[in-house]
Amino acid sequence: MAEKAVEEMTYEEGLKELEEIIQALEGNSGALEDMLHLFERGQALAKHCLMILDKAELRVETLTASDVSDGIVL
Amino acid sequence: MTQQSSLFNPATLTVSELTRFIQALLESEPVLQDIWVEGEISNLKYHSSGHVYLSLKDDTSTLRCIMWKTYVPRLGMKLRDGMAIAAHGRIGVYERGGDYQLYIDSVQAVGEGLLFQEFLRLKAELEAEGIFDPVRKLPLPEQPVVIGIVTSATGAALQDMLNIFRQRYPLIEIILAPAAVQGDAAAPEIVAQLKKLELKKVDLILLARGGGSIEDLWAFNDERVVRAIAACSIPIITGIGHETDFTLSDFAADLRAPTPTAAAVLAVPDRAELQSELRAILNQLVDAVQQCIQTRKLEMREMDFRLARVSPQNRVQNERQHIDALQEKGINSVRHAFQLQRARLLGNLQHLMSISPDAVLERGFALVISEDGQLVTSTSQVTVDALVDVQLKDGKFGTQVRSVQPKKSHD
Repeated sequence: MAEKAVEEMTYEEGLKELEEIIQALEGNSGALEDMLHLFERGQALAKHCLMILDKAELRVETLTASDVSDGIVL
Repeated sequence: MTQQSSLFNPATLTVSELTRFIQALLESEPVLQDIWVEGEISNLKYHSSGHVYLSLKDDTSTLRCIMWKTYVPRLGMKLRDGMAIAAHGRIGVYERGGDYQLYIDSVQAVGEGLLFQEFLRLKAELEAEGIFDPVRKLPLPEQPVVIGIVTSATGAALQDMLNIFRQRYPLIEIILAPAAVQGDAAAPEIVAQLKKLELKKVDLILLARGGGSIEDLWAFNDERVVRAIAACSIPIITGIGHETDFTLSDFAADLRAPTPTAAAVLAVPDRAELQSELRAILNQLVDAVQQCIQTRKLEMREMDFRLARVSPQNRVQNERQHIDALQEKGINSVRHAFQLQRARLLGNLQHLMSISPDAVLERGFALVISEDGQLVTSTSQVTVDALVDVQLKDGKFGTQVRSVQPKKSHD
């Protein structure tokens, strides 16, 4: 599978792949080299997600009362 | 009233007879036994017995009322002089005073009472339509990405919610759809903003308003708002007023939170929890990979063991042993051959020695050698007076032939 760079992943993407990795590792079948690769990627993903949680800042957009399409950023 | 009537005098009743007669009349009239009376409270008295005495009055009349203490706790409000209420009960007669009065069993503040009745009517209607049906409720997203908020842009409720999001889960994007949350404009604005957020395809909508009087919250009982909530394809959490306030919007929502703050808490997961979950996942990863390695180690050990059993090394050792045996055998046979050869050689040597002239000399024979060094083996080689050497085993001596006597031949 073509792997997306960990740094480019959103929290949700990261978490989703992390779950798949855990599952694959716990399935414990496949080449050891692949397992080790999954492990390293899993670690990177978990750390990436932790960092996203640490650094996240709330974004707020406000709709006008009259117009649907035009939003202004607070 | 059973007293015999006189022919001349109209029937005369005692006071108590008349009172009982009136009591019977009043209490047999169904309308008077189940009646709502509206008026303003006066002469209110919470008696130490627990009963409540009061009068209801309007511009022209006064009605004496009593509420037995058993009904008082169900009032849900504290009565005050001057308060406009609608009281429900039955008309009865107090014999001792000859007074008719209202025996109150429940009270509603006027205004609120009408609103409440409208609330109940609409609730029953919508309920019958299935608007509040639990099967209509949409599941909430576990980790929403975009959350729409319909509330007053200036209310404290909005700031409360934003603070919760900042603390708990700042990953989301908020789309604020400001709307009036009280007054006549509120219902249409709320409906319009819900529709806008639906078009924006947000993951979740919070419809919120801070606490207020029941009239303040009334927009959330508006049929248009309630129907818009029920029709919305996006899950909606309501957080309207305080814990004790229930609006029809709450019934129609996919989840009712007691307050705006609580709605925000219910809308998103907690970042701290997610972080500790992620740390747990990291541990899980390490465990899993160690398990992977461990299994393979065990497999490898097993393989090694099996390999050892089928290893050619065993054969090599066997062969080596065989070779050793062969070698041993070889050496022995060579040695044997040697010994044989040696014995044969020795035999030959002895034989050789036995036939050597020395051995003959040893046995006492002698060799005769002519003057010219020839071995004399025949009488023909010598003549009388010839000088010859005689060789013995330990030396030789010279002598002269005295006679020659050849052996007579057979023929």
